[in-house]
Amino acid sequence: MEPLTEAEVRELSSKANAIRQTIIEMLVAAGSGHTAGPLGMADIFTALYFRVLKHDPKNPDWPERDRLILSNGHIVPVRYATMAQAGYFPVEECLTLRKFGSRLQGHPERERLPGLETTSGPLGEGLSQASGIAYALRMDHDSNPSTSSGQARIYCIMGDGEQDEGNVWEAFMFAGKYKLANLTAIIDRNNIQIDGYTETIMPLEPLADKYRAFGWHVLEVDGHNIPQFIAACEEAKAIYEKPTVIIAHTIPGKGIREIERDYRWHGKPPSPEEAKLFLHELRTMEGKVESEHQ
Amino acid sequence: MLNPELHLREDLFEATTQSATRDGFGHGLVEAADADPRIVALSADLTESTRTEEFKKKYPERFIEVGVAEQNMAALGAGFAEAGKIPFITSYAAFNPGRNNEQIRTTISLNNVPVKVCGMHAGVSVGPDGATHQALEDIALMRVQPNMTVIVACDAEEARKATIAAAKTGGPVYLRFGREKTPVMTTAKTPFEIGKANVMWKAENSQVAIFATGALLHNALLAARELEKKGIAVTVINIHTIKPLDRETIIREAKSAGAVVTVEEHQIAGGLGGAIAELLASDFPLPIEFIGVHDRFGQSGEPKELIEHYGMGVSHIVEAVKRAAGRRVHV
Repeated sequence: MEPLTEAEVRELSSKANAIRQTIIEMLVAAGSGHTAGPLGMADIFTALYFRVLKHDPKNPDWPERDRLILSNGHIVPVRYATMAQAGYFPVEECLTLRKFGSRLQGHPERERLPGLETTSGPLGEGLSQASGIAYALRMDHDSNPSTSSGQARIYCIMGDGEQDEGNVWEAFMFAGKYKLANLTAIIDRNNIQIDGYTETIMPLEPLADKYRAFGWHVLEVDGHNIPQFIAACEEAKAIYEKPTVIIAHTIPGKGIREIERDYRWHGKPPSPEEAKLFLHELRTMEGKVESEHQ
Repeated sequence: MLNPELHLREDLFEATTQSATRDGFGHGLVEAADADPRIVALSADLTESTRTEEFKKKYPERFIEVGVAEQNMAALGAGFAEAGKIPFITSYAAFNPGRNNEQIRTTISLNNVPVKVCGMHAGVSVGPDGATHQALEDIALMRVQPNMTVIVACDAEEARKATIAAAKTGGPVYLRFGREKTPVMTTAKTPFEIGKANVMWKAENSQVAIFATGALLHNALLAARELEKKGIAVTVINIHTIKPLDRETIIREAKSAGAVVTVEEHQIAGGLGGAIAELLASDFPLPIEFIGVHDRFGQSGEPKELIEHYGMGVSHIVEAVKRAAGRRVHV
């Protein structure tokens, strides 16, 4: 893949900003949900859906598609907002989040919305499912190299607090043993979880060393540097002997000063008054531009 | 009398042919795999004792060893199914679905993917291993999950057929098997259809309908024969599918008898007894006596000795039938 031009980087950043605005709007309309995580992952979701993933919004079950498994289902507003921007469904549908009868459940359900690979929310299960998919698609490819799905890559997004779950490490061990090189895990390393900072609740460090010890290729990136993240995904494709984990350092609540780095924003939505302020902040790019009507 | 339409074994009461339901599973898995290349099997370090060994030998490339990690195995199974496979995930029932219940709930039942959860060594008849390994709540755990089918085979032949049938449902299935060799009652000709109960023992003017599941069905049949000699007519129905229940057969047999006994090697709460009680309470209330484990854990011992100790022997069923007959509702 060619490196991004400056104009392309600007365009992707602008998309990420629009996704953040949709996240705020949908959380206010829902009246509940998580704020910090979805905002913090907007740049990575933008990079995935608009640059990295092989996918077709008009044909969500396309066998050759790359699979994106969201393990920490509570940040799903960012996935819904990004999918809407990518053309899976109208952006207006985002405002049905968490409402009765909506396809956009509070935690994602595969059976309800095409384009979701799995149901998630209970933590620690995504990497296992991603490993099962990766193993199965590799089996198909090995038995018949012309199988259309055999070239697909599997991405699994996990939270850092989620690494407390024992099931996660069973999956890291499994994928390491079977050298699932078609699998890339992405850790949202934002250092917060519900009760506080990750290193206070249950220290994770040295996290990179742990993954290496489990047989994984480890990369660390700035999760808000879109070109750097895309380059890491490209590097993962070149590693044939091991699965790759990208530790993406992110700022929870990124884009809104009042939310950034504050763990108290992990699991609550903004009030309508706060949302007005936050949307102004996003629309004016943190005060860098004056007009909200660009 | 034994139902002649079911082609049951002639030596059923002598119990000269014995085999473990887990062995029937092992053979059934290979047969199912012969017919469908999508079938894969996952093992959590218990390949030999779950009888997944035969599959592993024949289809090494479709066998996946996951180590002692039942939670991972369940969610991995969901992943395999999401990618188009039909995975059988195998371990002891105490861990699968005991340990990994939530993984099954979220990634298998809610996802509604065709993972076949296979729990071996269920019940007190595991014997010397003791309470930790004697799953007595697995039917209850699986029965309450939407989309999940629950099957308990009565013998090795039925286990073989159930395994083959489970592979074809397109949805999640829990299959419960035992460790011990138990009497083989059915033959290759005995019909097996998921959700269709088999009336094993028929009688004119039945006073009590005995609904039994698993290997204890043999004790229920022995009890029926003994009761017949004492002039008490009963019917014995094999409820191999606990979910979905064969409502039509159960209500018909219960109604014509007027009282019910349920028989299972499981806690009476939430298992077959609970399922039948729920059905009858809402559709046709009748007195029920419950044979099973009454809110206790198991312990070490010989299988037969434990079955007797926990009140699931032939004499216990006979007494339960007498009590039920005394409470009979005349309809």
